[in-house]
Amino acid sequence: MLNIKNVCKIYKNKDYSQNVLKDINLCIEDQEIISLVGQSGCGKSTLLRIIAGLEKASSGYVELNKNIINKPSSNIGMVFQDARLMPWLNVYDNIKLSILNDDKETQRYKINETLKKVGLEDIGNLWPKQLSGGMAQRVAIARALVQQPQVLLLDEPFSALDSFTKSNLQDHVRHLWSSLKITIVMVTHDINEATAISDRVLILNKVLDNKITKNHIVKINKPRSTFPKNEYNELINNIIFNKNSNQFNALI
Amino acid sequence: MNIILNNKHLKLPFKSFNVLHTKIFTKLLQNSVCAILPITIIFIWHFLSVNEIVRSNLLPPPSEVVNEILILTNDGELFSHILITLNRVFNGFILGGILASVLGVITGISPTLRNLFDPTIQALKAVPSLAWVPLFILWFGIFENSKVALISVGVFFPIYLNLMMGIRQIDKKIIEVAHINNLNHFQTIRWVLIPGIIPEWITGLRSGLALGWMFVIAAELMGASEGLGYLMIDGQMTGRPALIIGALILFAIVGKLTDQLIYFLSKPFLKWKSSLNNMQEEENNA
Repeated sequence: MLNIKNVCKIYKNKDYSQNVLKDINLCIEDQEIISLVGQSGCGKSTLLRIIAGLEKASSGYVELNKNIINKPSSNIGMVFQDARLMPWLNVYDNIKLSILNDDKETQRYKINETLKKVGLEDIGNLWPKQLSGGMAQRVAIARALVQQPQVLLLDEPFSALDSFTKSNLQDHVRHLWSSLKITIVMVTHDINEATAISDRVLILNKVLDNKITKNHIVKINKPRSTFPKNEYNELINNIIFNKNSNQFNALI
Repeated sequence: MNIILNNKHLKLPFKSFNVLHTKIFTKLLQNSVCAILPITIIFIWHFLSVNEIVRSNLLPPPSEVVNEILILTNDGELFSHILITLNRVFNGFILGGILASVLGVITGISPTLRNLFDPTIQALKAVPSLAWVPLFILWFGIFENSKVALISVGVFFPIYLNLMMGIRQIDKKIIEVAHINNLNHFQTIRWVLIPGIIPEWITGLRSGLALGWMFVIAAELMGASEGLGYLMIDGQMTGRPALIIGALILFAIVGKLTDQLIYFLSKPFLKWKSSLNNMQEEENNA
């Protein structure tokens, strides 16, 4: 279980400080798939980076199975918006980066298995330059998954891809989630994407006057296929842009 | 391309052989393009001097230059001159290269050390190369040491600058990937930092070597009893323009060869940079 307790984040300069996150409390169950949605600048990526251990919370903490996270660990894999593959390593070695401490045989086995899982085979020898955007992102997902993490964090992983590749990969992530039984936390600004992939959508409102106005959690009941997706999209849209909060209150 | 297509059509069993053949042929053709300009220049040069359009005591014909070089070769003298010059460049290159690499790495990594060293180094960079000569002769004598010191000064700056900038320009996002994957310091250096800066370092080495060749001439013109630069001075003193031109051409050839050597040695480390071109080539050939 991923537990986020009273997390605040303040960026401070000499004569300027900005509240990015204020008092975030959130509990993410094991094997849950959840999206963080919000406008740009609302702190959703920051929250994800705090969960990953890349940044420290100004106050509050995040714990995974009762262990407080203060640095990156192999329990948590992360995929960024751009694939961030090392251009000087081929696909195989790029994935190997996550499991450098394993012995060669284990590495080979794990990498080949993971490549299969993400739908890429026989491309271990290619250079990142030779990959399409979608393939590169799949390799990045493989790099995050090869260490067999409990939690996979996705930071706007599909926003740089064309819509065909995007929906393809979205299905794939959903599929990976159901077969691997891991927790997935995805940050996105695309409401359609959030409702397409996740079972729960957390909406972060932009900090106004250095205060977070409210955090909304919309539950999408399972099985999702019986629910009209459009309705949810509209609902979440309204919450983000504060168009019709009555409707929101009625539904939550 | 056509040949390959024809093969497909005829379904010849030797397709792969022919593809290889065409590949080699195309490559040879591409590579031989570089010979066009020198050959043209030699022809024009020959034409100018044989027809006395330029006086032959100023510009001797190519044949005379070749002759001069052949005479020196037969004496065995030429080889030792080339070797001595090469040796000077090599020593200067190693000395300057090591110093530059060490300083480039530490100033690239640490802002404090950069503030300490970089301004001084940048100021020294502005000193014209020849200005070092009197000092080095005073310090290191008139023989090899002062020459090697001068060459290493020339080699130093491009390597230092490229390496420092290369390290500073490493993408923070890539470092973050190393961080999230729990790489320790040694692993980060091995898998991320070193491969990331190798291209800049090699660019630095190649321009450093080019400057090394420039400075070896300066050093040998100043006073030497052997070496390619000495041959030039000798040619000037004894009124043999063919010798000067010959030494000049040898400089060009040996310089180019050493540069090519670095290029070939570095090729395996830069494979990932040219991968896209290779793929396009393969596509064209498929």
